[in-house]
Order: sequence, then C-alpha cells, then structure tokens
Amino acid sequence: MNPENDRRDFLKCMAWAGTGALFAFNGGITSSLGLDSAIAAPLLRSASKPFTFVQLSDSHIGFNKPPNADARATFREAIAKVKALPNQPDFVIHTGDVSQLSRDEEFDDADQMLKELGLPVFFVPGEHDMLDPDGGKAFLKRFGKGSMGAGWYSFDHRGVHFIALVNVADLKPGGMGNLGAEQLKWLKADLAARHSSTPIVVFAHIPLWTVYEAWGWGTDDAAEALKLLARFGSVTILNGHIHQITQKVEGHIAFHTARSTAFPQPAPGTAPSPGPLKVPPEQLHSMLGITDAVFVRGHDRVALIDSTLTA
Amino acid sequence: MTRAFGMVTFQAFSLLAAAFAMTIVADDVKAAPPPQAQLVHIGNFTFNQATLTVRPGTTVTWVNDDDIPHTVVAQGLAFKSKVLDTGDRFSFTFAKAGQFGYFCSLHPHMTGTIVVKA
Ligand SMILES: [Cu+2]
Ligand SMILES: [Fe+2]
Ligand SMILES: [Fe+2]
Repeated sequence: MNPENDRRDFLKCMAWAGTGALFAFNGGITSSLGLDSAIAAPLLRSASKPFTFVQLSDSHIGFNKPPNADARATFREAIAKVKALPNQPDFVIHTGDVSQLSRDEEFDDADQMLKELGLPVFFVPGEHDMLDPDGGKAFLKRFGKGSMGAGWYSFDHRGVHFIALVNVADLKPGGMGNLGAEQLKWLKADLAARHSSTPIVVFAHIPLWTVYEAWGWGTDDAAEALKLLARFGSVTILNGHIHQITQKVEGHIAFHTARSTAFPQPAPGTAPSPGPLKVPPEQLHSMLGITDAVFVRGHDRVALIDSTLTA
Repeated sequence: MTRAFGMVTFQAFSLLAAAFAMTIVADDVKAAPPPQAQLVHIGNFTFNQATLTVRPGTTVTWVNDDDIPHTVVAQGLAFKSKVLDTGDRFSFTFAKAGQFGYFCSLHPHMTGTIVVKA
C-alpha cells in the first residue's frame, strides 16, 4: 500500500465534499493544503490516522426569497454531499444561522435533515438563531445541551482541542460581534491547562477578525480571545456569517470563513448593504459551495478545502 | 380720576389680554393638531432617518423593507420590537419628551435616535 496514493485518494475525496468546507487532520497537526498543492505535496510524516470533519454554515432554514426560494432544498443537497463522501467525516460542525427566524419548525427541519447523517453535529448560534422571545433559549434547548452561558463549550477529538464560542449574544449598540467578559474568562480557564503544542480549532458564527467594520463583520473583543490563543502552535478559526470565503493567516493563527448553504452575500463594500446577493438561478449553486482554501504555514499546515454545491 | 383711568386701563388690558390669550389658544389649536404619525423605513441595513424629531404623543412606526429580518430595540429598553421580517411593522408612541437611542439587535451597527420634544 502506497501511503502517498492513499493521501491522494483521500484528498481527491475531499474535493467532493461539496458543502461548506472539509478539513483534514494528520497526526494531530492540522494540515493545510489546497487540492492541487496537496496532490503535489510530499506526504506528511505522521503515524496516526488522519481524520476529517465537515463545516456547514448559514443554512437559514426558512429563507425563501431571491436568490433562493427554498433554503431547505439547498441544505438537503449539502447534506446529501456529506453523505456521499467516501471518507466519512468524524463529525460535523454548524457555524450558525441554522434558521432564518428561530422558529420551531425551522430548527426542527434542520435537526431532522442533519440526523440523516448519523454523525455528531456541534453547533454555535448565529444572530438568526437568537430571535425567539427568550433571545436564544429555543436554539440552546435543542442544539446547545451541556453548553455554558449563551452556548459555548469545548471538546477534544483525536488530540485536537475544539472550542465553540458564541459572539451573537447581547450585542451592543453601534458594535459588532461580542464575546463578553464571562465567556472570555471561561476561555482563559479552558486553555490554561493545555499544552501549547495542542492543535486548537475555534469556531464561532461572526468572524473573529474584522473583515469589514462598516457591515459589522467582526467581533469587538476578539483580540482578547486571540491573545489567549497566541501561545499555541496551531490555531484554526472557523467562522460563517458573511456567506463567502475569506481567509487570513496571522502568526500561528489561520482564519477562515465558510460559504452559506442558503444564499451568497456581497464582498465587503461592493454593494449598498450586506443583504443577499441576488444571483441568477443558474449561478446560485456555485456560490453555495467552490473553494480554494489554500494556505500553507510553516510546519503546521491546515487544509481547508471548500467546494460548491455544483454537481 | 387717576384711579378710574387706571381701572379702565386695567380693564382694557384685561380684555386685550383675554383676546390675546384666546388668539394664542386658537393658534395653538391650529398649529398643533394631534402629532402626525411618523414612519421610519428600514432598508439596506439602515434606518432611513438616523435622527427623527417628534412631538410628545407621536406614534412612530418602523417598517422593514429589507429581505433580511431586523429588530428595533431602545438602548434603555423603553421599547423593543419582535423580529421584523420583510414588510413587518413595529409602532411605539412617545408620550414624554426625551432622547431615545435605538438599534437593531441582530445588526448592532444599525443605530437611530428618536428625539421627542414639545
Ligand atoms: Cu438588522
Ligand atoms: Fe447568515
Ligand atoms: Fe449571521
């Protein structure tokens, strides 16, 4: 058995992820490669079996306006793509805006569709999931069991520490996303005992770096969280909310936002507002999925391979 | 005489004053119909009148023209809408004078102010 071929096949499979993004971990070090460079790249020397997980984002179940008359249908397509993966992910994360209006039937439909995967799914809420009269309780009751505060938590998987943060609760007038003092205190404690060689994956709805302030695409107190993460050798931050791919590497921290499964939004400043980009129907699927998340950083490489809903 | 003159003058003044007062009342009635209802449109993730000045008793209605939901939440929580989907409205009557900053709790960069003064 040729391990390099194995890796090639593995990466080829990842290209068919077809949903938000698909991530490969190799030997506890996050490996980061685009498909082309991945195939060309030398094999990562690692003893342990790689694993993958899938990120889904911004399903907006209940959205039914241009450019997408049925966000349920496109979410179902995304899920079918995940199910069709030859290398099944260990789990799925959903980075928020599960629903359009926090309605029970929206949460319920998302839940039912995701259950078809038969995989664990980890959630964080988006601002659209906070719209019930109790400001997010409906979401937490269904998707946030065992979480703290507004829905934050962490878990470990094959040597990687995953942290789910909430930056859509208790937002301040004139501000952007917000983590808040209580959550930052929890994060500090959560990270305190970890060795700096532990790969960290953080996921939250609104970007944890300022993508575009005029549209509120950032998190006011993200810098405090990043300070706590600075000593770790490999940090990957996964966000949604802006319905398009953006990425950035800063020191040991890689930032990445995923596409929506419901509708695209304009690039920063290219439209009067961040409202849905009304693309023609034949274009829609290509904006809910292709991807080229290619970033390679030093020894720690994180592979973020995005792909579209286009067949 | 002086006294009589004084009284006449006083009476005349009173009459004048009364007439004047009546005019004022009449003018008041003409100039201050019940406060006009005001409409704030929400579009392109902005409140179309960032600052709106109204008289006490005015009912302000917000209407969401966007295809994304918004909310209208006063900073001191004097008023708070439910989520407003496309076409939904929210109204609040401002009884007292004051300044009311508000924002959208989904998109907090969306802010506005209602100034209520007599
Ligand atoms: Cu809003
Ligand atoms: Fe969204
Ligand atoms: Fe969002």
